[in-house]
Amino acid sequence: MTPVSDIGTLAETYDLVVVGAGPAGLSAAARAAELGLAVLLADENPAPGGQIYRSVTTTPVKNRAILGEDYWRGADLVARFERSLATYAPRCTVWSLSPDETAPGTFELGLSLDGKARIIGARQVILATGAQERPFPIPGWTLPGVMTAGAAQIALKSAGAIPAGRTVIAGCGPLLYLLAGQLAAAGCQIAAVLDTTPSANWSKALGALPGFLRSPYLAKGLKLMMAARRKLRFVSGVTSLTATGEGKLASVQFEQGGRTGTIACDTLLLHQGVMPSVNFSNAAGCAHDFDVEQHAFVPRVDAWFVSSVPGIAIAGDGAGIGGAESAALRGEIAAFDVGRRLGKLDEAERDRQAAPIRVELEKRLHGRRFLDLLYKPAPQFLSPPKDETIVCRCEEVTAGQIRDAARRLGVTGPNQMKAFLRCGMGPCQGRLCGPTVVELIAETRGTTPAETGYYRLRPPVKPVTLAELAALPQTEASVKAVVR
Amino acid sequence: MFRPIADRIASGELRFTFDGTPMTARAGDTVAAALLVNGIVACRETPVSDTPRAPYCLMGVCFDCLVVIDGIGNRQGCLVPLAEGMQIETQHGRRHLEDIRS
Repeated sequence: MTPVSDIGTLAETYDLVVVGAGPAGLSAAARAAELGLAVLLADENPAPGGQIYRSVTTTPVKNRAILGEDYWRGADLVARFERSLATYAPRCTVWSLSPDETAPGTFELGLSLDGKARIIGARQVILATGAQERPFPIPGWTLPGVMTAGAAQIALKSAGAIPAGRTVIAGCGPLLYLLAGQLAAAGCQIAAVLDTTPSANWSKALGALPGFLRSPYLAKGLKLMMAARRKLRFVSGVTSLTATGEGKLASVQFEQGGRTGTIACDTLLLHQGVMPSVNFSNAAGCAHDFDVEQHAFVPRVDAWFVSSVPGIAIAGDGAGIGGAESAALRGEIAAFDVGRRLGKLDEAERDRQAAPIRVELEKRLHGRRFLDLLYKPAPQFLSPPKDETIVCRCEEVTAGQIRDAARRLGVTGPNQMKAFLRCGMGPCQGRLCGPTVVELIAETRGTTPAETGYYRLRPPVKPVTLAELAALPQTEASVKAVVR
Repeated sequence: MFRPIADRIASGELRFTFDGTPMTARAGDTVAAALLVNGIVACRETPVSDTPRAPYCLMGVCFDCLVVIDGIGNRQGCLVPLAEGMQIETQHGRRHLEDIRS
């Protein structure tokens, strides 16, 4: 692996550009390089690992027991990538992906590193942009002191830091229990874990139980949950949450089976599961479908994880949540097909080499359906019932405003909603309001998220300065576009 | 708001300022992490209502950790590694007419 810190030293073009250095991206880049392709792996973070293996080679956490053995397994993925001949650009933001009109069938990517931008060519692209936490809009979730559970985990992994005062963890999903255990082991003062898993989900998930019983999640999940329940104040069946405070968080109120409670706290960590991060694939023009069981928009991909745009594959959780181990395997499979498309191996050889990986993948995905069904968020956390709840954090648009516009103005979808309320038009580009806006419109109009559709996103998908754009080398086409 | 865990592997300390106040943080931390372990409650005010915000996701998604770094605004604090001598400032909301007059 060759690390790059000066964007000027990147080649003009690569056989394959992989975006994102989580498990899927690391495996895809390593495998493609092993197949003899010229590979660039570009990633926003300073070190490889993505979020799940964040800082696995650089973490200041000395005691390995705090983060658990699953985390340290990421070091093997990084080591394999480091042995490969791929080029690695950390701290590099990819802000656009479009077809290269001068060379049909290939792509152009806009990259920025250290305040300098470049347009790089790619014959094939693998997006391994992973997952983000599902938005969890409750009254007061914009107060300083309220963060996502993932944020606390990132602070622990990358900076060896934990919330300083009384901490409440609220929501549902496997990460919630994992984080509770990790923070407790690191010495954090956890005042309570407020579990919002709807009890009705258990009966829905039971049908998928046989798969789960054969899955590697079972032992792991039970251990996490039992440890969290044994050691911590654990409140299950929570149906409502409100964060309050003046200028910063002071307490969290909750409802559980008709009773209410208030817990004074300095930090509230929210988690309502993870969903594919679709901004990049959406802006690149890839088709997405609403997956009812994962309750999220998911890019449409084939058996080799190629999207509806030929030449762009989407590997890992970005193409549907399957977890870290499945992400690494999916990255590998996607890379084999890139190798075939670029003539490094024929179809039979691709199938032969990918077969054992597919068997592994099948095993890893056992039990996923059970988790999806069990931890599907309760309706009141998908579409906030209280009108004053902020939905679009950037433009401070509330649930009441969105419901009102959908009802009185007859707004049918999230793109039209932008024109009325500006929701989704702030710096996060809809990442934290999109799913909720869709949900509220669908609920108000009596339709489904699938029928309501999602934001149409546009590059740049990440901020890029005017100076960076202005300093890009001019082409004949770009001059002709503005000179009359 | 955040504190280092008990047995953290030591690395060099970097000096920086936040709104002019000198502070230090561990080399390797991001700007957002450095502010959190220094007890900074809010790093920006919103353009809509001037309410304070703090880092929310720490993974580049939410844009609530926006700060001014060495004079350049709208930087995502969670993605920028801290560097020696950095001058970090609160990102205030949108420009008001009275700011421009003065």
